[in-house]
Amino acid sequence: MSDIKKKAEQSSMEVFFNGLVKENPTFVLMLGMCPTLAVTTSAINGLGMGLTTTAVLVLSNAIISLLRHVIPNRVRIPAFIVIVASFVTMVELLLEGFIPSLYSSLGLYIPLIVVNCIILGRAEAFASKNSVIPSIFDGLGMGLGFTVALTVIGAVRELLGAGELFGIPVINKVLAGISGLLGRAEPIEYVPISIFVLAPGAFFVLAALTALQNRIKRKMQEQGKNADKIQSGCNSDCASCSDSGCARRFIDVDAPAGAVGDMQDKNVSP
Amino acid sequence: MLEVVKNLLVLMISSSLVSNVVLSQFLGLCPFLGVSKKVNTAVGMGGAVIFVITIASGVTAVIYRFVLVTFNITYLQTIVFILVIAALVQFVEMFLKKYVPALYQALGVYLPLITTNCAVLGIALTNVQKEYGIGFSIVSGFSTAVGFLIAIVILAGIREKIVYNDIPESFQGMPIVLITAGLMAIAFCGFSGLL
Repeated sequence: MSDIKKKAEQSSMEVFFNGLVKENPTFVLMLGMCPTLAVTTSAINGLGMGLTTTAVLVLSNAIISLLRHVIPNRVRIPAFIVIVASFVTMVELLLEGFIPSLYSSLGLYIPLIVVNCIILGRAEAFASKNSVIPSIFDGLGMGLGFTVALTVIGAVRELLGAGELFGIPVINKVLAGISGLLGRAEPIEYVPISIFVLAPGAFFVLAALTALQNRIKRKMQEQGKNADKIQSGCNSDCASCSDSGCARRFIDVDAPAGAVGDMQDKNVSP
Repeated sequence: MLEVVKNLLVLMISSSLVSNVVLSQFLGLCPFLGVSKKVNTAVGMGGAVIFVITIASGVTAVIYRFVLVTFNITYLQTIVFILVIAALVQFVEMFLKKYVPALYQALGVYLPLITTNCAVLGIALTNVQKEYGIGFSIVSGFSTAVGFLIAIVILAGIREKIVYNDIPESFQGMPIVLITAGLMAIAFCGFSGLL
């Protein structure tokens, strides 16, 4: 109970930075892995996907939070799905109309935002229990955290796999500068490791990332800090997914009656 | 007739091996990484995925053809498909529990994990995108799911052996599994020469 109260008292800024850093959906919670791997072939794609997801997350968090006393507990999953899918459809049509290049490079993964663990997960864990303003900031923080992560992964893959960053051949420019300093007639050329922009590269980059995370977690435990929040992928039985509402039954017959938000109020005032 | 059979065969090979659903399209990663510790459970999960995806791609193709296209509301496909799939999985679970208890015992545990699996929705949307008819959609769904089964069983087999290896401390657990998956993805790249 005290924990819930504390959550309610959290300021919006705290909630925002919580999503951006402390509970970063990709680097810390390991949520939404499918788009993370699939669209991060370049930094600009990662950025586009991240911002699209952020828009959907903020809007759906706001609406779900507004409706939390109306949505019955048992059919909350279909209700959340309808809200999320409506926003995804809107965003998809907007992208198709106004940024067709991004629309064609993200392709199938735009409608698949509906089944992104982060969105249903935040709906279940935060928006259905908190008022509108904190929910919006939670969506914004989580969404931007996701965006930063995707952009960073995309940048690493693009840099290694194509020698470019946001489409600019950075490595070759630097190498040309160095060759000029050394007085070589022909500049040294970077040979891209093209496997990094292909499918296997995604797995390798994520593996390196998770290994780094494991190491940080171990260091933190050695120093006696609490590292429970950091999960390393689907460690047990895909725990990160089932906790976050992805693996729920469509209609939860075992759930207590009443609206989703009401449960919370009863908890706070016993 | 021969042409249709040839097209079907090409479709089956391309969707199960060449553009493998997990290893080249990254759909359904969660069960792929989560339920691949033992070969037995991997086979169970693969079976459940084949079952659900085949039915779901048939049902969504029918709905697309006879409801969405008829009423000219194809832009609602994402909303309609995800609701139909999620409801379908639960319905299948209830149906199996009541009428086919043997199959329910084998697949039942895995069914809730598939409810919002991105592979199911992904395949339904791909079928629409590629303008497959109902029959082709079912075949494409089935063979894509077979591709999932192949990938998850291979990964589970490797993971059973990996347990006995001496792995650097930081790479224990998920990182080594991801590296294995990456190496498998390289191997599956080789299939692109098939077609």
